[in-house]
Amino acid sequence: MMNNIAVIFSWNIWNDLQDMWQYPFMRHAFEAGTVVAIVAGIVGYFVVIRRLSFAAHALSHIGFAGAAGAVLAGINPLLGLIGFTAGGGLAMAGLGRKAASQDVQIGTVLAFMLGLGVLFISLYKGYATEAYSILFGEILGISTGDVWLTAFFGLIIVVVVTTMYRRLLFTSLDEDVAEAKGTSLLGTSIVFMLILALATSMSVQVVGVLLIFALMVTPAAIAQRLAYKPSQGIAIAVICSLLATWVGLFASYYLPYPVSFFIVTFIFSIYVLVRLIQAFSHRQKKTLIKSI
Amino acid sequence: MSEAPKKDDLVISAKGLSVGYGPNVIWQDASFSVRRGEFIGLLGPNGSGKTTLFRLLLGLTKPLTGSIKILDEELRRGNPKIGYVPQRRLLDSESRLHALEYVILGIDGNKYGISLFRAKANRNEAIEALRLVDGLAFAYKPLSELSGGELQKVYLAQALVGQPELLLLDEPLANLDIRRSNEQIRLIKTITEKNNIAVLLIAHDINPLLPVVDRIIYIANKKVVSGSIDQVISSERLSNLYNSPIEVLKDSKGRLAVLGVEEAIHHDE
Repeated sequence: MMNNIAVIFSWNIWNDLQDMWQYPFMRHAFEAGTVVAIVAGIVGYFVVIRRLSFAAHALSHIGFAGAAGAVLAGINPLLGLIGFTAGGGLAMAGLGRKAASQDVQIGTVLAFMLGLGVLFISLYKGYATEAYSILFGEILGISTGDVWLTAFFGLIIVVVVTTMYRRLLFTSLDEDVAEAKGTSLLGTSIVFMLILALATSMSVQVVGVLLIFALMVTPAAIAQRLAYKPSQGIAIAVICSLLATWVGLFASYYLPYPVSFFIVTFIFSIYVLVRLIQAFSHRQKKTLIKSI
Repeated sequence: MSEAPKKDDLVISAKGLSVGYGPNVIWQDASFSVRRGEFIGLLGPNGSGKTTLFRLLLGLTKPLTGSIKILDEELRRGNPKIGYVPQRRLLDSESRLHALEYVILGIDGNKYGISLFRAKANRNEAIEALRLVDGLAFAYKPLSELSGGELQKVYLAQALVGQPELLLLDEPLANLDIRRSNEQIRLIKTITEKNNIAVLLIAHDINPLLPVVDRIIYIANKKVVSGSIDQVISSERLSNLYNSPIEVLKDSKGRLAVLGVEEAIHHDE
């Protein structure tokens, strides 16, 4: 990424960070990346316990059409993203408890939206880099204004999730009882899908629509395998996505490869590691029982 | 819960009740009542509308006609005096969340905000509920690792928080073997008797309920009848209900076998 400027990696991480933070684009990347990682970790945990990972994936692709359309219309792609993902999210909320099992329907819409996005991109006479950055993220091109916008949206999500926290958990983990206790399933679902739409739109800046899974689902999947309490799960998911984002940004400063590649690789490695350790300890338990 | 019995002793009173969706009537003209602390078995073939009765009591479905009151109140959603255990739940095999967390959700899961100050009190209340159902041993075990019987205890604990006066249990004995069925039913009986909680329990087999139930409500053929076991589970009464010959046999230990229901339902269709 930075091969035209001499950058030297030292083992003094703090000095390295100060070195890269001299550049506004790196500072912006760290600022926006941190906000997005926190939001993606929180929202992602609910995505996983609500079994909506495919819906989240689809939502980001629906957002692709929105972003491409916005680029074509000459407005901020983030707004196009939010508009389309919010619309898609509301439609999925309408599917209700079926949303988790309507893979084919959601997939069909997803494919159509991607097609629409391709059309918009081809109609756009500008640079192909626009399409590339929507698909794979362009965190190194974030402006000061975008950072503030991201922080503002992040704040909204944190406030809404905090307000709805117990209801979101209850309807995710124990739908029937939650409904019987007077929690509106549709209402909670609508609120959540709108949060998800916003979180997805924000995350696209960092990892792009194709790699949204890495930031939103994988950290939460790791958390789900480790957490005994929901609050623990959210904390683990946030820590994982934060670490991945920071490590990704850090590595991309020294190595000539995309940030999203480093983020995805880091988070995937942790996931594989957790699974291996769990499989191994499980086997040990089994042999222990056998030996008794 | 240990308050003196009120003059009005009824937990549920229903008159001329009909339920259904649009033009489809599921059952009609039902009149029945449930008294405080009464243990009632709710029986009937699949699809006869047993769970629909629960949804009605929970305020999730409205009756087409008739009137129904719970503890002298109109039906409403989220009535804290009702504890509910639904039939099947999807469990995520990857999740490691402790059983205790699900019981805690039963306490305040429908509230807004986060429970910073109540967290400890809620935890203690949930632990108490698990102690009541003899489930302390698996309070800190992932729900996904529990056996069918242990799961039912966790669900029961969740339904018992908040001191309900009416428990609605949808097939709590499904997936349990005979020994566990008997254990579970005795546990439910002991707790509800001690706390004077009325129970409506859906089951597909009457026999595990024989030692504990006070009365039976039987739903079939769009009709709802109630009475003692001997009154309801008799060849004459059931034949009448199904409009088709049904035979009830009794063995030397008092166990009942109902024959002819399958044919009656198919005949009906």
